[in-house]
Amino acid sequence: MKIIQYLINGISIGSVYAIIALGYTMVYGIAKMLNFAHGDIIMVGAYISFCVTNYLGLPVVVSILAAMAVCTALGMLIEALAYKPLRGTPSLAVLITAIGVSYFLQNAAQLIWSSSPKNYTSVVTFQPLRLAGGQLVITGEVIVTIIASIVIMVGLTWFTGKTRTGKAMRAVSEDREAAELMGISVNKTISTTFAIGSALAAIAGVLLCSTVPTLQPTTGSMPGIRAFTAAVLGGIGSIPGAMLGGILLGVIETFSKAYLSPQFSDAIVFGVLIVILLVKPAGLLGKQVQEKV
Amino acid sequence: MKKLNRNQVKNASTYILVTAAFLILQVLSTQGKLNSTTKGFLVPACAYIVLAVSLNLLVGICGELSLGHAGFMGIGAFTGIVVTSLLAEAVPNGVLRLVMGMIAGGVLAGVVGFLIGIPVLRLRGDYLAIVTLAFGEIMKNVFGNLYLGVDETGLHATLKTEGLTLAEGGKMIISGPRGATGITKLSTFAIGFVLILFTLFVVQNLINSREGRAIKAVRDNRIAAESVGINVTAFRMKAFVVSAFLAGMAGALYAMNYGSITASKFNFNTSINILVFVVLGGMGNILGSIISATVLYILPEAMRGLQDYRMILYAVVLILVMLFTWSPKMKDIISVVTDKVRGVFRKNEKEAAFHE
Repeated sequence: MKIIQYLINGISIGSVYAIIALGYTMVYGIAKMLNFAHGDIIMVGAYISFCVTNYLGLPVVVSILAAMAVCTALGMLIEALAYKPLRGTPSLAVLITAIGVSYFLQNAAQLIWSSSPKNYTSVVTFQPLRLAGGQLVITGEVIVTIIASIVIMVGLTWFTGKTRTGKAMRAVSEDREAAELMGISVNKTISTTFAIGSALAAIAGVLLCSTVPTLQPTTGSMPGIRAFTAAVLGGIGSIPGAMLGGILLGVIETFSKAYLSPQFSDAIVFGVLIVILLVKPAGLLGKQVQEKV
Repeated sequence: MKKLNRNQVKNASTYILVTAAFLILQVLSTQGKLNSTTKGFLVPACAYIVLAVSLNLLVGICGELSLGHAGFMGIGAFTGIVVTSLLAEAVPNGVLRLVMGMIAGGVLAGVVGFLIGIPVLRLRGDYLAIVTLAFGEIMKNVFGNLYLGVDETGLHATLKTEGLTLAEGGKMIISGPRGATGITKLSTFAIGFVLILFTLFVVQNLINSREGRAIKAVRDNRIAAESVGINVTAFRMKAFVVSAFLAGMAGALYAMNYGSITASKFNFNTSINILVFVVLGGMGNILGSIISATVLYILPEAMRGLQDYRMILYAVVLILVMLFTWSPKMKDIISVVTDKVRGVFRKNEKEAAFHE
């Protein structure tokens, strides 16, 4: 019974990683940049929802919507101000700018909300589910997280597969120049990608802080790195890959904490990543691109 | 006298600048013109310069993005601490002991670099970057849980949470999450300076040698380099190991400047900071790395007066510098301005020529 309990908890935390990883992977696939500020958008989202419920006293749903709205705007603003002028420059230049943005967000959050941790009240209010005579406890957060991630996954697959904007996104990620020649506005598409990624980050922030209730300016950075790892694990640029990578990472983390060694979970997770990349250098579901001479 | 070529002039000027800066600071320091805070910056600044130059070898010259340089720094730091405290009685001379610690740290970092390089260097680009990130995190995790102590029966180490029980009179050197404590501060500015010179000597000679040209060829066009018979993996490995070795030495220098140090110092943020030094200084530009490491290390420290605003300012400066130096639009504007300035000079020259 214990093993199922760990599995469910692992899938739950993995789903949060997966939602964050989706943001990383979409931005990477389309703009070919590692957006290291993505983790900090999560933190901003969590703070916004915290403020809306605690200071304005508005209902939880409103706070989540507010967080999503603010993060979407923030993501698009960052893209327009910091990343767009650097389009076409070496990826390292954009990477360093993203790091600058990440520092900026963390320190701005520290100025606004101070560095002392806030106690985030979970957005989920219903009672945990007790199965098998109380041996298996599934908390409301776990259920909500898993359902949310499934909905997002299905929604994104539909969006990128069926809608015009989604198709444009895939076209830009495949071949930017050809897409431009076909009349797709690359700038608009990249901007939309940032908007979607940031909105997802806001949801991830709310879910993350509902599970782990301490909220501080550095809350987003470690889950951000984990989710980035997950995106690479699944094959960066691939949406199902991000989902698979995230859940796998969460399960590995929970199991290694439970059965192997609690303090070495980091080393185990990253060790698994290295091993998988050595066997499959483009990640689990990534496309191996043949080099042309 | 043989005429020096451009590279030799550039190299010589780097040595001269570094030496001049060292002499000025040393004179100021002996005359008591530097306050204790500034003096405290000197050794870490040296360590960061070495780290930046060594990472530049990897990122700028070899073209491989590494996000785990702090991992090698950590290996060097903890090895250096262990070696110097073990040799405390055998080698009473502090300088000699530190040098031995630094060499041991560098060698171990180099060996680890070689071992992880074998599988890892098969990857390329962003995948290599993420694996180095993973390596750095693993190292931090391992050092954060390492207990190492010495007593009369010898050296003991464990990774278990309950720690170590040493015999009577034993001494803990590294105690898990609390890190290494009771380090004898052996690092001095002069040794830091010598390490910088050594690093410059190694890196600049490597860059301008046959090997260095091969490494650059691999960076610029791997397939072309391979087709003219360059062993790509061997040269990438060489750059990787040399870079790790130097980072290990810098780590030992850095650690021996403090009374205690924890593994969390060698985290992702430190790796990123070193990368920022390299990119802002200019990829492949050694003197640029030295200058930017110095300026960017001192900048946040010098802005302490601004308290909470200093890191936010640092972030803004970072973003603006990247935008100004890389953005194509900005480049256009800058080139228009420089053309105008140049035009004025040219006019003057023409007029001068006319008057003659």
